[in-house]
Amino acid sequence: MSKTVVENKEPFVRIAKRTDISSSKALLIRFVAVLLALITGGILVFTLGHNPIAVYADILTGSFATKTARAETIKIAVPLLGAAIAIAPAFKMKFWNIGAEGQIMAGAIAASYFALFQYDSMPKVVLLISMGIAAFVAGGLWGMIPAVFKAKWGTNETLFTLMLNYIILGVEKYLQNGPWKSPASSFPKIAMFEKIARLPKVFGVHIGWIFVIIMVFAMFIYLRYCKQGYEISVVGESERTAKYAGMDVHKIIIRTMFISGAIAGFVGFILVSGSDYTLTESTAGGVGFTAITVAWLAKLNPFVMVIIAFILAILDKGSNTIQTNFKIPASASEVLTGIILFFMLGCEFFINYRLIFRSKNGGEKQ
Amino acid sequence: MSEIIIKLFIAAILAGTPLLFGTVGEILTEKSGNLNLGVEGMMFMGGVVGLAGSYYYEQLVINPVGWVSITIAIICAFLCGAFGAFIYGVLTISFHANQNVTGLALTIFGTGFGNFFGEVMGNASGASYVAVSATTKLAFSKGISGLSAIPVVGPLLFSYNVMVYLAIAIAVIMSWILSHTRVGLNLRAVGENPATADATGINVTRYKYISTCMGGGICALGGLYIVMVTCSGVWVNNCISGYGWLALALVIFATWSPLRAMICALVFGVLSVMRLYVPLGIPMQIYDIFPYIATVIVLVAVSFKKNRENQPPASLGNAFFREER
Repeated sequence: MSKTVVENKEPFVRIAKRTDISSSKALLIRFVAVLLALITGGILVFTLGHNPIAVYADILTGSFATKTARAETIKIAVPLLGAAIAIAPAFKMKFWNIGAEGQIMAGAIAASYFALFQYDSMPKVVLLISMGIAAFVAGGLWGMIPAVFKAKWGTNETLFTLMLNYIILGVEKYLQNGPWKSPASSFPKIAMFEKIARLPKVFGVHIGWIFVIIMVFAMFIYLRYCKQGYEISVVGESERTAKYAGMDVHKIIIRTMFISGAIAGFVGFILVSGSDYTLTESTAGGVGFTAITVAWLAKLNPFVMVIIAFILAILDKGSNTIQTNFKIPASASEVLTGIILFFMLGCEFFINYRLIFRSKNGGEKQ
Repeated sequence: MSEIIIKLFIAAILAGTPLLFGTVGEILTEKSGNLNLGVEGMMFMGGVVGLAGSYYYEQLVINPVGWVSITIAIICAFLCGAFGAFIYGVLTISFHANQNVTGLALTIFGTGFGNFFGEVMGNASGASYVAVSATTKLAFSKGISGLSAIPVVGPLLFSYNVMVYLAIAIAVIMSWILSHTRVGLNLRAVGENPATADATGINVTRYKYISTCMGGGICALGGLYIVMVTCSGVWVNNCISGYGWLALALVIFATWSPLRAMICALVFGVLSVMRLYVPLGIPMQIYDIFPYIATVIVLVAVSFKKNRENQPPASLGNAFFREER
């Protein structure tokens, strides 16, 4: 036999979990990831024949330069942040609620009912409170349906919540084309809300932003310091442990999804009463989906969500500006959001794991 | 009466085919234990790049040939879908990112990608929209000449465009591979229990990558179908409009079997076109939510009877971390 002894080498690179990373280093890795994402997006912009730096600068000025632009950016960030907060408890429980979109719509429809048909029967404050409560309950119930089935029979919640999005959208379209269609218009659309059913403005932006900031603090406290928040974490980590500890898992799942859906429904109320002043099929407009990535990237921490929601709002608002100035389609913001998400998701790996390269003396890198 | 049934059947097949592509592609992906929620995004990517392939081929040659145009479109769409799935694969297989969130990110990216390049091509064409020529359009819509002239059987079996037969062929071949070959057995083992599969010497990472990428490519063909057949070769913004999500639901409906996927796609095809053929006296918008209600019913039914045969791959949704035992 010839001497073809294969050396049993270690693989060139292997990975190991790490838990000891300093928060400044983790922040640095995330920062590098965003930078790399912006560079990738820049290359894309460059291949289309534009100057990437000019385009990025335009996104920033477009979303910040004037008072109206700032107000617009905040207006985009508010529902995004609200929906992300709605998703947080469900995701903490590892209940993959991708139905925030539909829960927003359910809330919006309920709020619109009061705005369209009960506006003349009560004073403004009472009307707005009724709209808010209706939206809260409707969103909560719509979110509870999949939770009941999940708790009792283990029905797949990802697809159930998703299908409910389309069903409630169909209901909205039906209302818009049929019973709720504005008689004043030949086009199938719902009438604008009366002034009395519109949320007041505070510092140039509808009051929804204050509601959302309250929600940020409330959700943080709820998840971190309340017994119910603790129960959610335990169910999320292990249902068996929760059962062993004597928790009523079914009740926790159903209750948590009611809260999740209810907050999303309330966001629907903010959208119809604060920014759109009417109900359309694009009232939710993908907010429920984008919010999932906001919540996840923030690791379900409400305060981090504020930052991420703002970054995405800036991209969204800025993309309208570059559409006018550079003729770059506004969907560029979705492409860029996607790229940033990819890099942020990828960089988590370098935070949670260590790469160990093969070397003579076992030296390690990152 | 029979006339209407034949028409309904044909319309249902045409409406169900993009779903069949998406479903079969996602079945292949999920068999490896990867739940890719990015079907919608990959359909957008495949649709716009397939359209670009045909469009630029027509711009380059003087006399474009139909079948060449189709082939280019199919290859472009497949590769682009596979590329989208590859991004997903790198993040979930190699980087252990959460599959749900990565899939959603892929949908956001792919939707933007499709609308973005659709609009860029439209702006560049000078006509403010991008469309393929009549040659390609015809190639994508005509049935098997001669055979389709046979009464009853002709329209029922031979009147469809080439993509329909391609979808059926993929479903049949995949079913055979999954249940009758060593490769299929290994793939199923990877999806059920990657650690065991790894111990028997199967390269888990390679199986996951290949099936995810090929699955993504097949899903993308569904997007191509929507652009080329449903929208007759014109880019319409947001044209995929939820078909990718429906395909995801159909995977459960079909209980991870490519053959059952054909029947399920047909049923969904019927549900989505029946408002044109079966008057029930209810508003149009309510007809449109039938497929979704049907999915919910199926989801609940599947979870009621915990049949051992009809369960998802056991490791679906979980990352495989070789070093973690």
